Amino acid sequence: MIELPALGWQSIVIFVVFALSLLIATYCTYAERVIAAFLQDRVGPDRAGPFGLLQPLADAVKMFTKEEFFPGGANKALFIFGPCLAMITALMSSAVIPFGNNLSFGNNAFFLQGIEVNVGMLWVFGVVSLGVYGVMIGGWASNNKFSLLGAIRAASQNISYELAMGMSLIAVLMISETLSLRTITLQQSVAGEWHFWNIVKQPLGFIIFCVCAFAETNRTPFDLPECETELVGGYHTEYSSMKLGLYLFAEYINIFVASAVMSVLYFGGFNFPFQYELRSWLVENHDWTLAAAQNLITVLGTVGLFLKIFAFIFFFMWVRWTLPRFRYDQLMRLGWTILIPLAVVNILITGGLILLGVIK
Amino acid sequence: MQLTNRAKKLEKKPMTLAERAYLPAIFQGLSITMRHFFMKKATVRYPEEVRPFSPIFRGLHVLKRDEQGRERCTACGLCAVACPAEAITMVAGERKKGEESLYREEKYAISYEINMLRCIFCGLCEEACPKAAVYLQADKIAPPRYERDEFIYGKDRLVEPVSPDARSIRGIQLTPEQADSLRSNLAQQPV
Repeated sequence: MIELPALGWQSIVIFVVFALSLLIATYCTYAERVIAAFLQDRVGPDRAGPFGLLQPLADAVKMFTKEEFFPGGANKALFIFGPCLAMITALMSSAVIPFGNNLSFGNNAFFLQGIEVNVGMLWVFGVVSLGVYGVMIGGWASNNKFSLLGAIRAASQNISYELAMGMSLIAVLMISETLSLRTITLQQSVAGEWHFWNIVKQPLGFIIFCVCAFAETNRTPFDLPECETELVGGYHTEYSSMKLGLYLFAEYINIFVASAVMSVLYFGGFNFPFQYELRSWLVENHDWTLAAAQNLITVLGTVGLFLKIFAFIFFFMWVRWTLPRFRYDQLMRLGWTILIPLAVVNILITGGLILLGVIK
Repeated sequence: MQLTNRAKKLEKKPMTLAERAYLPAIFQGLSITMRHFFMKKATVRYPEEVRPFSPIFRGLHVLKRDEQGRERCTACGLCAVACPAEAITMVAGERKKGEESLYREEKYAISYEINMLRCIFCGLCEEACPKAAVYLQADKIAPPRYERDEFIYGKDRLVEPVSPDARSIRGIQLTPEQADSLRSNLAQQPV
């Protein structure tokens, strides 16, 4: 067994997660176009490679070779900094997500997670809310009315929906009594017990969280920061070349992270039904060692988590090509007068149920 | 002002709780789009798949041969006169001795050019032709090209091939096998 230096394993996981986020974001552009096409009775991109699978590569080449354009009167440094910040924050947030249980080799056990911190959920929240600075700075530095309007919309929208999102999360934290995403995941499935995922305990909370996740990632029906029909392109009107590419990429990575967080918080993360039964069945009937059986469960769980994430990403896209955009006052009314009170009610209900001992 | 008596009377009722909650309507919409996800796609993948042409479609021109394989065109110029877009130019020549198997009439077109960028595919040349020589095929269209001068079709591309099975039949829809053989024959010809 090769001895890894301290944090060596974590760096590998972080690097793999980093590469995976980029790969998934790349193929999200393809998936978005194909799903949009299928929902509209078309076939979508199918020319580049088999089933058009090389289309993202062609798009990347196009993005990289386009002209770098700086609008007159733009603040050049901030204009470059905006998309970079959006991309950095999007990539940072996936570091704390537990992508799998432990893999054990000999005496060493490794967790498929970048960083395990006891404030994991707060980290995701903090970093994701930093992402709005990327949009804000980019929109302001463009020296364009539409961009500025889009940026302001993005800022106010994100602040409004972060409140409801945080409050719906509090109900989950009341059950789990921890902010660590790994602990939250492990709590959702306990060996030898009939245990439910959090979605069963928090249906209302999940709906609120999901709606807010749509708003946080600037997806339809809440894509007011971009909205081509009103603001040309919103905050990225003036952007061209790979700087535009970074904004679009950051959006897809945010979707990936939001899907991962929803899977972990409400859909059991890397747990899947009957995993402990499968493990003990392998150990008892097929003479597997406990470690080998656990490793298999971990790998299957990671695959399961990614299936959940892809299902959510599909849902994001499905909704985008179904629903029209909200009007701005409707958006604000939904956020402040419906979702936030609902989230408070959800906290009260959860607290009452915990007091009565119905859920724990 | 009421124009018809078909106007639907609308009563503005307050929305029910289900309507105000949005979610049922959203799921209804999602189910509609999901149905479309599995529907047959309307797309025709063009170069591989060709939409069937109407039997009276006016496509790419062809200069016909007669039953003995001789060119029918006698370079009278009526098609060029009839052409509203002035897309046709030709140079007439006299048939020499020994060329009777090539040209049907004593006068023939040394060069015959149609500019496909000018042509509006109206079919007036076809109507004007007294020798039943020029036709607009129902099963072929002028393909896209990169250069403008490639759109000026000369006799090399207009006169129909000698072998009869490679010819397109005016007004009759080709079967897929016929179309395939036509396409492969055309692919072998120098453009």
